[in-house]
Amino acid sequence: MKKIAIVAYSQSPCVSQAGASNEVELIMPRLREVFEQAGLGNAQDVDFVCSGSCDYLQGAAFAFVSGVDALGAVPPIQESHVEMDAAWALYESILKIRMGHAESALVYGFGKSSPGELPIVLSQQLDPYYLAPLWVDSISLAAMQARLMLDSGVISEADMASVVARSRKNALNNPKAQLASQVTVEELLAEDTFVAPLRRHDCCPISDGASAMIICSEEKAKDWGKPYALITGIDHRIETHNLGMRDLTDSTSTRAAAAGAGAGSGHIDVAELYAPFSHQEIILSRALGLREETQINPSGGVLAGNLMMASGLSRVGEVFNRIITGEATRGLAHATSGPCLQHNLVAVIEGPA
Amino acid sequence: MANNSAVLAAVVGIGQTKYQTKRGDVSIAGLVREAAVNALQDADLTFDDIDAVVIGKAPDMFEGVVMPECYLTDALGCNGKPMFRVHTAGSVGGSTALVAASHVQSGTFKRVLTVTFEKQSESNAMWALSSPQPFSVHLNAGAGGYFAPIIREYMRRSQAPYDAGIKVAVKDRLHGARNPLAHLHLPNITMKEVEESMMLWDPIRFLEACPSSDGACAMVIVSEDVAQQSPKPPAWIRGCAMRSEPTMYAGREEVSPQAGRDCAADVYKQAGVTNPRKDFDCAEVYVPFSWYEPMWLENLGFAPQGEGWKLTMEGATSLDEGGDIPWNCSGGVLCSNPIGASGMIRFAEAARQVRGDAGAHQVDGAKLALGHAYGGGAQFFSMWVVGAEKP
Repeated sequence: MKKIAIVAYSQSPCVSQAGASNEVELIMPRLREVFEQAGLGNAQDVDFVCSGSCDYLQGAAFAFVSGVDALGAVPPIQESHVEMDAAWALYESILKIRMGHAESALVYGFGKSSPGELPIVLSQQLDPYYLAPLWVDSISLAAMQARLMLDSGVISEADMASVVARSRKNALNNPKAQLASQVTVEELLAEDTFVAPLRRHDCCPISDGASAMIICSEEKAKDWGKPYALITGIDHRIETHNLGMRDLTDSTSTRAAAAGAGAGSGHIDVAELYAPFSHQEIILSRALGLREETQINPSGGVLAGNLMMASGLSRVGEVFNRIITGEATRGLAHATSGPCLQHNLVAVIEGPA
Repeated sequence: MANNSAVLAAVVGIGQTKYQTKRGDVSIAGLVREAAVNALQDADLTFDDIDAVVIGKAPDMFEGVVMPECYLTDALGCNGKPMFRVHTAGSVGGSTALVAASHVQSGTFKRVLTVTFEKQSESNAMWALSSPQPFSVHLNAGAGGYFAPIIREYMRRSQAPYDAGIKVAVKDRLHGARNPLAHLHLPNITMKEVEESMMLWDPIRFLEACPSSDGACAMVIVSEDVAQQSPKPPAWIRGCAMRSEPTMYAGREEVSPQAGRDCAADVYKQAGVTNPRKDFDCAEVYVPFSWYEPMWLENLGFAPQGEGWKLTMEGATSLDEGGDIPWNCSGGVLCSNPIGASGMIRFAEAARQVRGDAGAHQVDGAKLALGHAYGGGAQFFSMWVVGAEKP
């Protein structure tokens, strides 16, 4: 399959409240930055644009329509939108390049989660007849998943706390992170539970922001003469919505997506995993068979800041950044959607040969 | 611009539900599954044969389910497979078909199931479209209120007779009377009846507006080698295009948007269409308010600027009057409007025509057809050209 080059990536700082900034104002600085990195002027200089966002975060139907205002789509452009994390907008853009309808694409995702109550909003993602009327929020579902893991002895609370401690520590080197600190497992375990067995720090924070990326064919990347990394494989899989039918302590869809993306055909220096809860990072790294050699979430991951609808794309961007700087030669990025890791995407990113 | 290296793809299965005000007999999952199973049966395939599912619908608030693809994966036999969700406003049904096609045209998959739906009776679309936004002008007049002034401007510029819209309303309802799946069946409708119906948003009367429907539409799109094994004739995808422009900008041409003209030019070029009125045998075009037929006849190049209404008045777009370029033989959006599916129904009905499988609304010997959808403030466009013959 044709390799796709990433030439530019930008993410806003994760902030707990973007205040009066609207979605267009969150997007525009990211677009300016990726155009500048790629040496482009605006959206007219790419062949295709695709974005990811969620109407329910903005509390309005057709929320993405205003996003088009950030693009300068005059004259009209080839543009599409997914009601999914922008990692899937990246996927759609890759299909467009593979089929030869575009050589380059701008991808962006944005979310302003602060005005609503995100865990409650996400309860309306559940089966509308049997589950949504119970208003089971996303944190409670994740807590049940963590409880299953603890009770079956797959993990301990200290394992979860060490994920958090590493995230906070790594985030000290990430100026875009919302939560960063030097904290020990003992200190974390001394805190009260929030939704047992989860403590507050086991859950990702609520964040506002956006991220953007420019991708293109490898030939185009060479034309542009900018440093680039290659997406050598990408795949995504969904599992049943019925939580009772899934083994919640495992992620079969992540494993299948990783196989589809060819993750196993080489070493993995770095993995950026979209794990909104600490125990989910353990599920994911086990499903992916990650070993000691792999540095997990050097950015701090989403426990340090979670831009809904953009965090998946940001995972790809974080791996790209490390390949460009030479810290890694081959990495894996993961994105998720749905309750308890229902839907998972895996991309493999490598430096050019 | 990019050179087209797309793998050839075709539609080999089409499934629709009956469209009606309220499908109280099925859940949302039951509704999409009904269309999906119909499409698979039409293709002589099963869920096991499908590599990936692409789903589309208009805003989640129309049913009150956030990202319903998570919940619908079981009903669509997608567990363990890739599930993709598209949302591009009213054009979404068309865009979803294009994204599904790109899953095959990119060489990534062989057999893709795509489904779009709306179950408007689960919620209240007017409410969903009217939630006030802190930084935006509050539009609470609905879609009709938005488009009415643009239609008036068209009438002023073109000097069209006042009853051109009425004629479209009658024509599409007579077409819809031939289609057993259509929501509205009004075989005895008259110009007088339309004219006397309540004025909703001047000049749009009640009978010049689309209904609000529940329903789903599905297609199976496959690669060339699979299509050749298909028991029924495939509809070959000859061109795909999308265009977007902002809702408002200085000097925006709202009557005949640039995005629509550019999108048509792109898709015609891919399909080798130079004279749409002559080259196409029929078209399924998104006409939710009657006057959009003459407006789109011009925007899509079927008629010179200012003369779209003449085709309508001459009966050129009417199956019943033996017109040379019938539009919306299925009855169109004016007969059935499950919003998220409405665009895909246009694409699917165009494919039914070139497969010779459109029943009582079949255009004899149709070989090439246009499917068209638009959305937002007439700013998002998606189109495809399907043919009976391979390119």
